[in-house]
Amino acid sequence: MSEPLLEIEGLEVGYRTRGGGTYRAVRGVDLTVARGEIVALVGESGSGKSTLAHAALHLLSRGGSVTAGTIRLAGRDLGDLTDKEWEQVRGREIGLVPQDPTVSLNPVARVGDQVAEVLVIHGVARRKEARRRAVELLRQAGIDDPEARARQYPSQLSGGMRQRVLIAIAIAARPRLLVADEPTSALDVTVQRRILDHLDGLVRELGTAVLLITHDLGVAADRADRLVVLERGVVVEEGPAEQVLRDPQHPYTRQLIAAAPSLSSARLVVGGSVAESSRPVGRPDGSVLAVRGLRKEFPLPRGAARRSLVAVDDVSFTVRRGETYALVGESGSGKSTTARLALRLERPTAGRIDFEGTDITDVRGRELRRLRRGFQVVYQSPYASLDPRFTVEQIITEPLRAYQVGSASERADRARSLVDDVALPAEVLRRGARELSGGQRQRVAIARAIALHPALVVLDEPVSALDVSVQAQILELLVRLQAEHGLTYLFISHDLAVVRQISDHVGVMQAGRVVEQGRTDAILLDPQETYTRELIAAIPGRRALAGLEESR
Amino acid sequence: MTATRDVDQVLDAPQVRSPEEIEIADRADARAIIHGGEVRGSRGGRGALRSVRYLARRPGLVLSGLVVLLVVAWALVPQIFTAHDPIIGVPADRLQPPSAAHLFGTDHLGRDVYARVVHGASVSLRATVVAVAVGLLGGSLLGLLAGFLRGWVDDVISRVVDVLLAIPSLLLSLAIITALGFGTVKVAVAVGVASVATFARVMRAEVLRTSTSVYVEAAHASGVRWYTVLRRHVLPNSSGPVVALTALEFGTAVLAISALSFLGYGTPPPAPEWGSLVSGGRDYLATAWWLTTLPGLVIVAVVLSANRIARALEQTGDES
Amino acid sequence: MGRYVLRRAGQGIFVLWAAFTISFFILYLLPSDPAALMASGGGETDAVDPALLADLRAQYGLDRPVLVQYADALWHAVRLDFGTSYSSGASAGALVLQALPETLKLTGAALVLAVLAGTGLALASTFPRARWVRQLLSSLPPLGVALPTFWVGLLLLQWFSFQIPVFPAIGNEGAISLVLPAITLAIPATAGIAQVLARSLRGTLTEPYVETARAKGASRARVHFAHALRNAAIPALTVLGVLVGGLLAGAVVTETVFSRVGLGRLTVMSVNTQDIPVVQAIVVFSALVFVVVTLVVDLVYPLLDPRIDVRRTAVTA
Repeated sequence: MSEPLLEIEGLEVGYRTRGGGTYRAVRGVDLTVARGEIVALVGESGSGKSTLAHAALHLLSRGGSVTAGTIRLAGRDLGDLTDKEWEQVRGREIGLVPQDPTVSLNPVARVGDQVAEVLVIHGVARRKEARRRAVELLRQAGIDDPEARARQYPSQLSGGMRQRVLIAIAIAARPRLLVADEPTSALDVTVQRRILDHLDGLVRELGTAVLLITHDLGVAADRADRLVVLERGVVVEEGPAEQVLRDPQHPYTRQLIAAAPSLSSARLVVGGSVAESSRPVGRPDGSVLAVRGLRKEFPLPRGAARRSLVAVDDVSFTVRRGETYALVGESGSGKSTTARLALRLERPTAGRIDFEGTDITDVRGRELRRLRRGFQVVYQSPYASLDPRFTVEQIITEPLRAYQVGSASERADRARSLVDDVALPAEVLRRGARELSGGQRQRVAIARAIALHPALVVLDEPVSALDVSVQAQILELLVRLQAEHGLTYLFISHDLAVVRQISDHVGVMQAGRVVEQGRTDAILLDPQETYTRELIAAIPGRRALAGLEESR
Repeated sequence: MTATRDVDQVLDAPQVRSPEEIEIADRADARAIIHGGEVRGSRGGRGALRSVRYLARRPGLVLSGLVVLLVVAWALVPQIFTAHDPIIGVPADRLQPPSAAHLFGTDHLGRDVYARVVHGASVSLRATVVAVAVGLLGGSLLGLLAGFLRGWVDDVISRVVDVLLAIPSLLLSLAIITALGFGTVKVAVAVGVASVATFARVMRAEVLRTSTSVYVEAAHASGVRWYTVLRRHVLPNSSGPVVALTALEFGTAVLAISALSFLGYGTPPPAPEWGSLVSGGRDYLATAWWLTTLPGLVIVAVVLSANRIARALEQTGDES
Repeated sequence: MGRYVLRRAGQGIFVLWAAFTISFFILYLLPSDPAALMASGGGETDAVDPALLADLRAQYGLDRPVLVQYADALWHAVRLDFGTSYSSGASAGALVLQALPETLKLTGAALVLAVLAGTGLALASTFPRARWVRQLLSSLPPLGVALPTFWVGLLLLQWFSFQIPVFPAIGNEGAISLVLPAITLAIPATAGIAQVLARSLRGTLTEPYVETARAKGASRARVHFAHALRNAAIPALTVLGVLVGGLLAGAVVTETVFSRVGLGRLTVMSVNTQDIPVVQAIVVFSALVFVVVTLVVDLVYPLLDPRIDVRRTAVTA
């Protein structure tokens, strides 16, 4: 290994808690990044990975401080720098690519000026010269027509372009180290791939070292020379990326690899095989939900160039009993709007929706409420979808109360069995939703959705808000419940890797249309449309997987 | 192109992409770590112990609570706090500076100023309560209708509220007093009506926020009837900021009522009322500072306390 | 741009019409009998000669149906005629215009004071490194909004006119007579500006783009003044309309305390004599001030916040 650039030894970072104690977010971490090396720091939420990144820049949020250990940059101890001296280091020696590009640029300043500011601050260039260099930097970051873009404001740029501006800012003063804190996780997969490719090329060309912070093992495996796995503030494993993937030593690493949807390729099944015979036989054609020529327009505000926006355009698909049909697409593809139309939370502009052979396109009022018993929903964010004032029991029994199912004590019994069904201990019933973790909350939301024995459950990105290991558990739970209760799922997701694990059929959506649909394995193995191919290629971890296969 | 993207983002609100949400969860964790002791599960001790600890770290809030309690006690049982008569003075003792016998001194008729402040609490507080009640009931109802029914009802109510907010509340109160005439109750109603718009705006925003939240849609999607949704989800989750505003408006109403009483629109003399007490000292500014300063200080203390309590309520609302 | 101004002006006219309508219904419909109020001049309304009342009603057109009265009043108000004062017989509009200059001097001085002091206090309570300095300064605005204006005025009089006779106690003579009233009036406004701006600044300082700026190596001052302040000023600007309205209302109390002539004093006298036309003219005038200030703020907004202009041009692009 070449000479070390960043050396972190025995680093401890603590947050002052309100009770007067200290929460140890980072505990005795050793980490080195060599010159020109890309090191990925992988961990789930609460692992302390972001805290570590901010400690390296002396940008810890209020209440956080380094309590022990040393941080050295090119041999210089950063521990006792004054605030003034840190201002010389940040931007000049260490650059930061922040998390969310949509909020990380000053909304009232032109992007060119924001890039030029780095050069001015560090005395690299004067005003006019800095402005000229900023345009060059934007071009380097992969922005077309940088002269025009430099004069624009952040709100005029797409998320991907904003992230490129942030990259230009980070590399402007040619720092030797870049800290990239989840640089692309707020972006669509295809954009994510293009930006990471570009960043990859750029840093290798400039010889910049990168500390890449990510929750996505696939991204880490694709991009990094070395992986460092962090669990609850402790480094549990580190080594060359390929070696860690092929031969993980620590159980947590193994668990992470097993859970990462992008690194596995099989459909999840219960007990090794899909219990085909246990599936109930429904209507002759077996369809639970059928939509035909579905269209939804949203009126645009006055003054817009167009009167309305077509969110869903001529969408048709059928969900068969006992199966999982997945709609996959990037943001703005109309997949969630389609789900909301199927749930009749929105009224379609045109088209027809049949639920168990009944046309429900235009039913309303009492009749619609009666039908709602048959189709229930699980939302993306378990933090937003549960009333913070309710106990778990109140949440789960709410649909039962609404349809006056059973007596109060019968409903309590049912709540107990439902909680058991989703593998939560009975004592959570009395607790408030806010006392539970994200994974536990999502289990509660699932229990509520199946309380009425619905024929169809619409799962709107049900695992996207969760950490990978929790994600895997919830997916397994969904598969088990489907087998046990003969449930039919409409599964909405942006993540083909997840879709591959859970669905039988898939429809790929782009700009409101279903561009391709069919059996999941068929589509993944042999995609016909360019867009589908692009989506599949963008699944992180493929490069690493390919590398592994070859070496085997 | 940017425009369509913006619209896309609006449409995408319910399908926020994964990692952003993870980050939100992350931030919630961070906040919990910094403020809540530990992450989740055990949130410190229970019930009484927790409130004691909460209050022990906020002496200002405790003091504010005590001030409000004291003033309420003045209003309910003034005779416990002072033996002096608020109306009939002792002419020999006129214009005495504060002393052990007369805490706040005496006025030009030899009346004990402290006794007048204590006895005045009843009139001033009753007017305040009436004012806040009028604003709270009227405003909440309008806000609830606007936020829950939306559509044209919301349009009409919001326009009226906008217009009411365009007229300075003191001038609006004065217009109502011009029409209704003078007197404490009329002043109180005038102040209350002037605060209806503020309550309506906050209530509407809160109801709109909760009734468009995912958990309300979830209840709706699982077949719960609209009035049950309103009663069990929307109202309880909208009430926090309105409660905080009520405390804040209490302070504002004390100020407005005392100002109107200072201008002479409240109870006619010799009955004591806080604003008119201050105004009564105007002629003795050069010689008897206590006549204006001390009753005024009482008003300041009450308003400060109400505002401090409002801030505490607002903060507990933020954390939930 | 032109269409935008036109639309905002239309909204302003709507607000004025609505303010007129609301004040008309409050002032002419709430009292049992405006004529009796008129005849009694604020006293008891029982012992008034019925014949006189009938005369008054006929003279002021109060015997016509309400809607006719309303339409007539509106038609006159459009031409800035709010009727004649019950007590002086002069035109209500003219009385307002006559009282206006003195009040403009007072509120103008107070506004300048409040904007300067409020902005300064907001910066001073967020910028210093020392936590205790920020905490101490942050406790001032809540105190400022809790002070009754009339009481502050009287205290200032007591100290600076009677104890140490620096400033005149009453009257409108010269700039020196303006000092104490302007300070009195500026105190709640200063506290309001400081509160809103400081809160906005604190929020802005936690925004991710501030972290980006710090990661560039920007100094504390650069982060605070070049990045945070401009963003924080945008929401703070929206309260300006309400603030100026508050100054106008505060003038009622301040002018009374310092025995100054002006709009506030006119308001008090008109309320005392239940002089409905004058009170209505004042209410509509205050709405007009609000509308104009809000319109100006809306026109200044795009200069501060490119997003607003951007949206308008982007959708047509």
